[in-house]
Amino acid sequence: MALDPKLVGRTYTSAQPYEVGREKIREFADAVNDPHPAYRDPEAAKALGHPDVIAPPTFAIVVTRETSWQVIEDPELDLALHRVLHGEQRFAHTRPIRPGDQLVCTLTIDSVKQAAGMDVISTRTEIATVSGEPVCTALATLFHRPEESA
Amino acid sequence: MAAAISYDDVEPGMALPPARYPVQRADLVRYAGASGDFNLIHWNERVAHEVGLPDVIAHGMFSMAEAVRLVTDWAGDPAAVVEYGVRFTKPVVVPDDGTGAVIEVSGTVKKKLDGRQVQVDLVAVSGGEKVLGQARAIVQLS
Repeated sequence: MALDPKLVGRTYTSAQPYEVGREKIREFADAVNDPHPAYRDPEAAKALGHPDVIAPPTFAIVVTRETSWQVIEDPELDLALHRVLHGEQRFAHTRPIRPGDQLVCTLTIDSVKQAAGMDVISTRTEIATVSGEPVCTALATLFHRPEESA
Repeated sequence: MAAAISYDDVEPGMALPPARYPVQRADLVRYAGASGDFNLIHWNERVAHEVGLPDVIAHGMFSMAEAVRLVTDWAGDPAAVVEYGVRFTKPVVVPDDGTGAVIEVSGTVKKKLDGRQVQVDLVAVSGGEKVLGQARAIVQLS
């Protein structure tokens, strides 16, 4: 069940902006066992030259979750979450994510192909503020294991 | 931005201090909650086995977050990591045995780039397997 190449170029946009919360940043930093003070203490972040605390380098995955979910739920892709494996992930940050940011994601399917019997889906998500300031580009590759190979 | 490391003090081949990051089932449950990724294979053994995995596996994003701590701790300012990418080559298998798994991370300055940036290549090993491939960060130094 190879994916239709016509899916390439399809875009998904945030249903509403993601508002970054100070406590969400702390919760995420706690969840990756990272004690760095720049994620929690505004004074520590200011000492590094930031206006406020910053999010860890991989926090952007939280922001992209909703549009990524739209892909997984897209009936035309026919994916089952527990058969999806994360193949690659990359972030290019224009600036760190900070509390109060209102972020909008635009996800584009860059490519679909088959490899080793799996569907391989590559996506690009541009994260920007509601006023259009670019913040981060997130590139992801997902593998979908078909049921019969399980 | 204020990295603690000066570009002038860094040469290709320089090793970052290595680190070991433990991971237990409870970490995966907490990461699931914090990240919103409740994929069953990260906490449910039955489903993990059903899809052909040896056991519950860590979120790739959890391993990715652990590995970059080596770089953010070295640079001092986490925002110095301007680019960061990995391939998830092997799963980090996290048994429910009271011990869990360990992700061992090492890093090397691969090359110096323009604009006082360097490329750091990371190696992450768990259970004797390389769990990340092409793990690479571009770091803005002072």
